[in-house]
Amino acid sequence: MSVALIVSGALAIGGALGVILARAPVHSVIALIVNFLGLAGVYLSLQAEFLAVAQVIVYAGAVMILFLFVIALLTVKREPMERLTARTAGRLPLNLLAAFAMAFLVVLAIVRSDPGGSVAVPSNFGTVRAMGETLLVTHVFPFEIAALVLLVAVVGVVVLVGRRPEKGRE
Amino acid sequence: MQLPLTYVLSFSALLFGIGLYGALTLQNAIRILMCIEIMLNAVNVNLIAFSRYLSPLQPAGQAFVIFVMTVAAAEVAVGLAIILMIARRRDTIDIDRMNLLKW
Repeated sequence: MSVALIVSGALAIGGALGVILARAPVHSVIALIVNFLGLAGVYLSLQAEFLAVAQVIVYAGAVMILFLFVIALLTVKREPMERLTARTAGRLPLNLLAAFAMAFLVVLAIVRSDPGGSVAVPSNFGTVRAMGETLLVTHVFPFEIAALVLLVAVVGVVVLVGRRPEKGRE
Repeated sequence: MQLPLTYVLSFSALLFGIGLYGALTLQNAIRILMCIEIMLNAVNVNLIAFSRYLSPLQPAGQAFVIFVMTVAAAEVAVGLAIILMIARRRDTIDIDRMNLLKW
Protein backbone atom coordinates (compact mmCIF):
# COMPACT_ATOMS: atom_id res chain seq x y z
CA MET A 1 0.00 0.00 0.00
CA SER A 2 2.69 2.48 0.92
CA VAL A 3 4.72 1.59 -2.18
CA ALA A 4 1.70 2.37 -4.35
CA LEU A 5 1.24 5.61 -2.45
CA ILE A 6 4.84 6.67 -3.02
CA VAL A 7 4.83 5.75 -6.71
CA SER A 8 1.56 7.48 -7.49
CA GLY A 9 2.57 10.45 -5.37
CA ALA A 10 5.78 10.81 -7.37
CA LEU A 11 3.69 10.58 -10.55
CA ALA A 12 1.43 13.37 -9.30
CA ILE A 13 4.37 15.60 -8.36
CA GLY A 14 5.97 14.97 -11.74
CA GLY A 15 2.76 15.87 -13.51
CA ALA A 16 2.41 19.06 -11.51
CA LEU A 17 5.97 20.04 -12.36
CA GLY A 18 5.23 19.28 -15.99
CA VAL A 19 2.30 21.68 -15.96
CA ILE A 20 4.59 24.49 -14.90
CA LEU A 21 7.61 23.61 -17.01
CA ALA A 22 5.98 22.68 -20.32
CA ARG A 23 6.16 25.31 -23.04
CA ALA A 24 3.03 24.55 -25.03
CA PRO A 25 -0.31 24.68 -23.20
CA VAL A 26 -1.29 21.34 -24.73
CA HIS A 27 1.70 19.70 -23.09
CA SER A 28 0.58 21.28 -19.83
CA VAL A 29 -2.79 19.61 -20.25
CA ILE A 30 -1.17 16.22 -20.80
CA ALA A 31 1.02 16.71 -17.73
CA LEU A 32 -2.09 17.66 -15.78
CA ILE A 33 -3.75 14.40 -16.83
CA VAL A 34 -0.69 12.54 -15.51
CA ASN A 35 -1.04 14.51 -12.30
CA PHE A 36 -4.71 13.57 -11.96
CA LEU A 37 -4.04 9.90 -12.62
CA GLY A 38 -1.31 9.93 -10.00
CA LEU A 39 -3.70 11.55 -7.57
CA ALA A 40 -6.28 8.88 -8.31
CA GLY A 41 -3.62 6.33 -7.36
CA VAL A 42 -2.98 8.24 -4.15
CA TYR A 43 -6.69 8.20 -3.33
CA LEU A 44 -6.84 4.50 -4.09
CA SER A 45 -3.97 3.72 -1.77
CA LEU A 46 -5.65 5.84 0.91
CA GLN A 47 -8.66 3.53 0.51
CA ALA A 48 -10.91 6.10 -1.11
CA GLU A 49 -12.05 3.95 -4.01
CA PHE A 50 -15.09 5.94 -4.96
CA LEU A 51 -13.16 9.20 -4.96
CA ALA A 52 -10.41 7.68 -7.10
CA VAL A 53 -12.95 6.71 -9.75
CA ALA A 54 -14.65 10.08 -9.47
CA GLN A 55 -11.28 11.79 -9.85
CA VAL A 56 -10.58 9.97 -13.10
CA ILE A 57 -14.06 10.58 -14.49
CA VAL A 58 -14.52 14.18 -13.40
CA TYR A 59 -11.02 15.54 -13.76
CA ALA A 60 -9.18 13.41 -16.28
CA GLY A 61 -12.39 13.09 -18.25
CA ALA A 62 -14.61 16.13 -18.14
CA VAL A 63 -12.38 18.96 -16.92
CA MET A 64 -9.50 18.11 -19.21
CA ILE A 65 -11.80 17.92 -22.22
CA LEU A 66 -12.94 21.41 -21.34
CA PHE A 67 -9.34 22.64 -21.17
CA LEU A 68 -8.49 20.97 -24.47
CA PHE A 69 -11.51 22.48 -26.20
CA VAL A 70 -10.68 25.96 -25.00
CA ILE A 71 -7.04 25.61 -26.06
CA ALA A 72 -8.18 24.35 -29.44
CA LEU A 73 -10.59 27.26 -29.81
CA LEU A 74 -7.99 29.82 -28.80
CA THR A 75 -5.16 28.57 -30.96
CA VAL A 76 -7.19 28.44 -34.15
CA LYS A 77 -6.56 32.08 -34.90
CA ARG A 78 -3.16 32.77 -33.46
CA GLU A 79 0.07 30.89 -33.39
CA PRO A 80 2.07 31.74 -30.28
CA MET A 81 -0.10 31.77 -27.18
CA GLU A 82 3.00 31.55 -25.08
CA ARG A 83 5.78 34.01 -24.87
CA LEU A 84 8.57 33.92 -22.39
CA THR A 85 8.47 37.39 -20.96
CA ALA A 86 11.16 39.15 -19.05
CA ARG A 87 8.75 39.77 -16.20
CA THR A 88 9.66 36.70 -14.23
CA ALA A 89 12.75 35.55 -16.09
CA GLY A 90 15.15 37.80 -14.22
CA ARG A 91 13.68 36.99 -10.86
CA LEU A 92 13.77 33.24 -11.19
CA PRO A 93 16.34 32.64 -8.41
CA LEU A 94 14.39 34.85 -6.03
CA ASN A 95 11.15 33.09 -6.94
CA LEU A 96 12.68 29.69 -6.35
CA LEU A 97 14.18 30.84 -3.06
CA ALA A 98 10.80 32.07 -1.83
CA ALA A 99 9.10 28.87 -2.96
CA PHE A 100 11.65 26.64 -1.23
CA ALA A 101 11.52 28.71 1.94
CA MET A 102 7.77 28.42 2.08
CA ALA A 103 7.80 24.70 1.33
CA PHE A 104 10.40 24.20 4.05
CA LEU A 105 8.32 26.10 6.59
CA VAL A 106 5.12 24.23 5.76
CA VAL A 107 6.78 20.82 5.86
CA LEU A 108 8.50 21.77 9.12
CA ALA A 109 5.17 22.74 10.64
CA ILE A 110 3.64 19.46 9.49
CA VAL A 111 6.47 17.31 10.76
CA ARG A 112 6.56 19.04 14.14
CA SER A 113 2.83 18.66 14.64
CA ASP A 114 1.41 15.63 16.35
CA PRO A 115 -1.64 14.47 14.44
CA GLY A 116 -2.42 11.73 16.91
CA GLY A 117 -2.54 8.00 16.58
CA SER A 118 -4.33 6.33 13.77
CA VAL A 119 -7.65 4.63 14.37
CA ALA A 120 -8.56 1.20 13.10
CA VAL A 121 -10.18 1.49 9.70
CA PRO A 122 -13.51 -0.28 9.17
CA SER A 123 -13.64 -2.71 6.30
CA ASN A 124 -16.18 -0.78 4.24
CA PHE A 125 -14.22 2.49 4.41
CA GLY A 126 -14.41 4.45 1.19
CA THR A 127 -16.40 1.92 -0.77
CA VAL A 128 -19.23 3.01 -3.03
CA ARG A 129 -21.79 1.76 -0.53
CA ALA A 130 -20.30 3.73 2.36
CA MET A 131 -19.92 6.86 0.21
CA GLY A 132 -23.50 6.54 -0.99
CA GLU A 133 -24.76 6.38 2.54
CA THR A 134 -22.63 9.36 3.54
CA LEU A 135 -23.71 11.46 0.58
CA LEU A 136 -27.36 10.53 0.23
CA VAL A 137 -28.33 9.95 3.87
CA THR A 138 -26.07 11.93 6.16
CA HIS A 139 -25.21 14.89 3.94
CA VAL A 140 -28.10 14.87 1.51
CA PHE A 141 -28.86 18.58 1.79
CA PRO A 142 -25.33 19.76 0.88
CA PHE A 143 -25.45 17.22 -1.94
CA GLU A 144 -28.51 18.92 -3.42
CA ILE A 145 -26.88 22.31 -2.95
CA ALA A 146 -23.90 21.02 -4.94
CA ALA A 147 -26.28 20.19 -7.78
CA LEU A 148 -27.59 23.74 -7.59
CA VAL A 149 -24.03 25.11 -7.75
CA LEU A 150 -23.42 23.12 -10.93
CA LEU A 151 -26.66 24.41 -12.43
CA VAL A 152 -25.68 27.99 -11.69
CA ALA A 153 -22.27 27.37 -13.26
CA VAL A 154 -23.86 25.97 -16.42
CA VAL A 155 -26.20 28.96 -16.70
CA GLY A 156 -23.27 31.30 -16.12
CA VAL A 157 -21.23 29.69 -18.87
CA VAL A 158 -24.12 29.91 -21.32
CA VAL A 159 -24.67 33.56 -20.43
CA LEU A 160 -20.97 34.33 -20.83
CA VAL A 161 -20.10 32.63 -24.08
CA GLY A 162 -23.43 31.71 -25.63
CA ARG A 163 -24.48 33.28 -28.90
CA ARG A 164 -26.64 36.34 -28.60
CA PRO A 165 -29.05 37.69 -31.20
CA GLU A 166 -27.62 40.54 -33.22
CA LYS A 167 -28.27 43.98 -31.86
CA GLY A 168 -31.00 45.87 -33.67
CA ARG A 169 -32.94 42.90 -34.99
CA GLU A 170 -34.11 41.19 -31.85
CA MET B 1 1.95 -1.15 7.42
CA GLN B 2 1.24 2.34 6.30
CA LEU B 3 2.99 5.62 5.83
CA PRO B 4 2.76 8.15 8.65
CA LEU B 5 0.21 10.87 8.18
CA THR B 6 2.87 13.55 8.11
CA TYR B 7 4.31 12.11 4.88
CA VAL B 8 0.99 12.39 3.12
CA LEU B 9 0.51 15.92 4.43
CA SER B 10 3.98 16.90 3.25
CA PHE B 11 3.22 15.47 -0.16
CA SER B 12 0.07 17.53 -0.42
CA ALA B 13 1.89 20.63 0.81
CA LEU B 14 4.47 20.09 -1.92
CA LEU B 15 1.73 19.75 -4.52
CA PHE B 16 0.03 22.88 -3.22
CA GLY B 17 3.33 24.75 -3.36
CA ILE B 18 3.91 23.76 -6.97
CA GLY B 19 0.41 24.92 -7.86
CA LEU B 20 0.87 28.18 -6.01
CA TYR B 21 4.20 28.84 -7.68
CA GLY B 22 2.66 28.26 -11.08
CA ALA B 23 -0.37 30.38 -10.35
CA LEU B 24 1.80 33.28 -9.26
CA THR B 25 4.48 33.16 -11.95
CA LEU B 26 2.87 31.89 -15.16
CA GLN B 27 1.47 34.28 -17.73
CA ASN B 28 -0.97 32.13 -19.63
CA ALA B 29 -4.41 32.36 -18.04
CA ILE B 30 -5.32 28.79 -18.97
CA ARG B 31 -2.24 27.43 -17.26
CA ILE B 32 -2.99 29.51 -14.20
CA LEU B 33 -6.37 27.79 -14.06
CA MET B 34 -4.58 24.44 -14.28
CA CYS B 35 -2.38 25.42 -11.35
CA ILE B 36 -5.47 26.35 -9.36
CA GLU B 37 -6.77 22.86 -10.09
CA ILE B 38 -3.53 21.40 -8.72
CA MET B 39 -3.95 23.44 -5.55
CA LEU B 40 -7.54 22.28 -5.08
CA ASN B 41 -6.44 18.69 -5.57
CA ALA B 42 -3.74 19.09 -2.96
CA VAL B 43 -6.42 20.18 -0.53
CA ASN B 44 -8.42 17.10 -1.48
CA VAL B 45 -5.45 14.89 -0.64
CA ASN B 46 -5.33 16.51 2.77
CA LEU B 47 -9.01 15.90 3.38
CA ILE B 48 -8.82 12.28 2.31
CA ALA B 49 -5.72 11.66 4.41
CA PHE B 50 -7.30 13.16 7.53
CA SER B 51 -10.47 11.20 6.94
CA ARG B 52 -8.53 7.98 6.49
CA TYR B 53 -6.12 8.41 9.41
CA LEU B 54 -8.05 10.31 12.04
CA SER B 55 -11.76 9.66 11.67
CA PRO B 56 -12.37 6.59 9.55
CA LEU B 57 -15.68 5.88 11.24
CA GLN B 58 -17.29 9.03 9.88
CA PRO B 59 -16.02 9.62 6.34
CA ALA B 60 -17.18 13.23 6.24
CA GLY B 61 -13.84 14.23 4.78
CA GLN B 62 -14.53 12.15 1.72
CA ALA B 63 -17.96 13.72 1.33
CA PHE B 64 -16.27 17.10 1.54
CA VAL B 65 -13.96 16.10 -1.31
CA ILE B 66 -17.00 15.51 -3.49
CA PHE B 67 -18.14 19.06 -2.81
CA VAL B 68 -14.69 20.47 -3.49
CA MET B 69 -14.69 18.61 -6.81
CA THR B 70 -18.09 20.09 -7.63
CA VAL B 71 -16.98 23.61 -6.89
CA ALA B 72 -13.73 23.04 -8.80
CA ALA B 73 -15.65 21.85 -11.85
CA ALA B 74 -17.93 24.88 -11.68
CA GLU B 75 -14.90 27.13 -11.25
CA VAL B 76 -13.16 25.66 -14.27
CA ALA B 77 -16.25 26.02 -16.43
CA VAL B 78 -16.85 29.65 -15.49
CA GLY B 79 -13.16 30.51 -15.54
CA LEU B 80 -12.64 29.08 -19.01
CA ALA B 81 -15.75 30.91 -20.23
CA ILE B 82 -14.34 34.16 -18.87
CA ILE B 83 -10.99 33.46 -20.55
CA LEU B 84 -12.78 32.78 -23.81
CA MET B 85 -14.62 36.08 -23.56
CA ILE B 86 -11.40 37.94 -22.79
CA ALA B 87 -9.71 36.27 -25.76
CA ARG B 88 -12.58 37.34 -28.01
CA ARG B 89 -12.55 40.93 -26.85
CA ARG B 90 -8.88 41.65 -26.29
CA ASP B 91 -7.24 39.03 -28.47
CA THR B 92 -4.95 37.81 -25.72
CA ILE B 93 -4.93 35.51 -22.73
CA ASP B 94 -1.74 36.91 -21.32
CA ILE B 95 -2.57 38.12 -17.85
CA ASP B 96 0.08 40.81 -18.02
CA ARG B 97 -2.02 42.52 -20.64
CA MET B 98 -5.27 42.23 -18.73
CA ASN B 99 -4.59 45.28 -16.62
CA LEU B 100 -7.83 47.23 -16.93
CA LEU B 101 -8.55 47.04 -13.20
CA LYS B 102 -4.98 46.96 -12.03
CA TRP B 103 -4.21 50.46 -10.79
